[in-house]
Amino acid sequence: MIKNIIPLLNLREGKEGKIVELRGGFGFQRKIRVMGLREGKKIRIVSIQPAGGPITIEAEGNMVTIGRGMAQRIFVEVE
Amino acid sequence: MKKIILMGSPNVGKSVVFSRLTGANVIASNYPGTTVDFSKGSMRLDGEKYEIIDAPGTYSLTPTNKAEEVALKIFKKGDIIINVVDATNLERNLYLTLEILEKKKPTIVALNLWDEAQHTGITIDVKKLEEILGVPVVPTTALTGEGIKELISRLKEAKISKTRSTSEKEKWVKIGKIIKSVEKVEHRHHTIRETIVDATIKPATGIPLAFLIIIVSFWVVRFIGETLVNYIFDPIFELYKPVALQISHLLGPGILHDIIIGRLVNGDISFMESMGLLTTGIYVPFAAVLPYIIAFYLILSILEDSGYLPRLATLVDNVFHKLGMHGHSIVTVFLGLGCNVPGALSTRILETRKQRFISATLLAISVPCMAQTAMVFGILGRYGLQYILMVFLTLMILYLLMGLLLNKIIQGESPEIFLEIPPYRRPSLLATLKKTWMRVRWFLKDAIPWLFLGVVLVNILYSIGFIDWIGNLFAPVIEGILGLSKGATTALLVGFLRKDLAVGMLLPLNMTPYQLVIAATILTIYFPCVATFTVLLKELGLKDMIKSTVIMILTALTVGGILRLILIGW
Ligand SMILES: Nc1nc2c(ncn2[C@@H]2O[C@H](COP(=O)(O)OP(=O)(O)OP(=O)(O)O)[C@@H](O)[C@H]2O)c(=O)[nH]1
Ligand SMILES: [Mg+2]
Repeated sequence: MIKNIIPLLNLREGKEGKIVELRGGFGFQRKIRVMGLREGKKIRIVSIQPAGGPITIEAEGNMVTIGRGMAQRIFVEVE
Repeated sequence: MKKIILMGSPNVGKSVVFSRLTGANVIASNYPGTTVDFSKGSMRLDGEKYEIIDAPGTYSLTPTNKAEEVALKIFKKGDIIINVVDATNLERNLYLTLEILEKKKPTIVALNLWDEAQHTGITIDVKKLEEILGVPVVPTTALTGEGIKELISRLKEAKISKTRSTSEKEKWVKIGKIIKSVEKVEHRHHTIRETIVDATIKPATGIPLAFLIIIVSFWVVRFIGETLVNYIFDPIFELYKPVALQISHLLGPGILHDIIIGRLVNGDISFMESMGLLTTGIYVPFAAVLPYIIAFYLILSILEDSGYLPRLATLVDNVFHKLGMHGHSIVTVFLGLGCNVPGALSTRILETRKQRFISATLLAISVPCMAQTAMVFGILGRYGLQYILMVFLTLMILYLLMGLLLNKIIQGESPEIFLEIPPYRRPSLLATLKKTWMRVRWFLKDAIPWLFLGVVLVNILYSIGFIDWIGNLFAPVIEGILGLSKGATTALLVGFLRKDLAVGMLLPLNMTPYQLVIAATILTIYFPCVATFTVLLKELGLKDMIKSTVIMILTALTVGGILRLILIGW
């Protein structure tokens, strides 16, 4: 199986991946982690709002809506 | 008095725990950022009195918005900390817990939402967690009160943890280890229920559903409100009328009569127009507004407690971002539709000054509170629904246009949305009724003094000729630009005190429906009521509030002038 590392932003609705890296300053990393989105967590894309709107993801029963700028800095591993 | 502080992440049930401990009621809702200010209560423990403070939720001790700043400030003053933790999300909650423990204050952990953890197949070894953290850990279900007794009885055991200071990275490693040794999670399957639930946040299904939910909500509010007016409150006031007439008779003519009963219309009392304390002064709050307040807050409670609002925030984020805010501002709008005061406070959950300024200014300009809305229904309803729609459509368009404009001209950042979406929860009937009752009481307590003051003031100013004088003074604007009759000046003046009373004052002026539409719209835009103004002043600061006020007045004149051109012509 080939594994790819891509920004969360590139995942499509319903697809899953595993968080491998948070690219950003300390503040950004903390903000993301305390929402339950940490390296190693499996996530699923619940919805993507049209026209540059936010993305809703789920990790272990946790749901979070994040803007696309942030989604670009969260990297996930997909199969 | 020793201070006990309730600290924890947003939406973990701190406010419910607070109500349980103190018996005092505070608002709890199923979305992060419900509490944005602190509430104080007290509790007796072994004969000693303690002060308990419910803080806003915060994810860490490094604040990212005003509400979290408040939480941090309160935390610093605490003698004992009750760290409320979401048992269904132990892992990410532990970050704040470790941060708190490292601050070396006596702490006790309440492992709340214990019921939900059990339902979702999460088991936590409480004893072991207690050992590792070095402070007491008590499982609680604040909603039913389970575990609260134990929490109280173990409060004395709250102690300073021996845990040593660690870096952020070390904390996460430690959390990983803790979770491994204390938590077991049954594998979660994606259930059919979750698929249905996801439909409310996916754009293709979520957007139509949002429209449906909002339209049904407004319809139900109107239905309940009208039913209460027609079948309960109006009949009561019909029974009361002879009594009031009797009082009128006993008083005889004079200034006292004017203040207490007001002016008779064709020898009879008109509850909307007479302007006396015992007529309009009580009819407006109790019969005209209260029914809609009850109806609105019942529905709002259901929307809040179900967990729908953060989903709606996600769906509308796109639009709000273009207006310089983000989706979370929809909460400000919804709270503001009830009363602008909690609406203004809720802007604290936004991250930047720009976002807060825009959200607060737009709230003041184009979100009418329920008291005002009820009165608009009252004066325009008789002419047909289309007139009411004109008012609301104008305000909605204004919200969008002003947002676009302010986003362009106000300096600063407007960061993206970053919002936790809580699970759907079934609103409990008891909680809904309690919350509605709490808000109804606030309404009555806040509204009646201002209404009475308004009534007395109008009568006094009228009798000394001030009303005529100011009417003439502002005639060029009111008549000339807005196309209203001179008397509307008084209504706008009273609008500073209470918008509902002001709308009522438009009635005796014999204006056309179109003039009433203009007047009702202007009344929303030109200035918030005193109560809202004071809160906004505190939230925005003097400089920004002056800016905001100038924007409001200019907008009111512009919109009024345009409406006049369209509806009446020059
Ligand atoms: N099932 C269950 N629900 C709970 C429990 N405790 C609180 N809730 C619900 O969880 C939601 C959040 O409760 P709040 O008390 O408003 O949470 P909070 O921590 O004060 O939230 P913020 O003020 O936003 O920080 C509400 O809908 C409560 O009814 C519990 O033990 N079990
Ligand atoms: Mg709260």
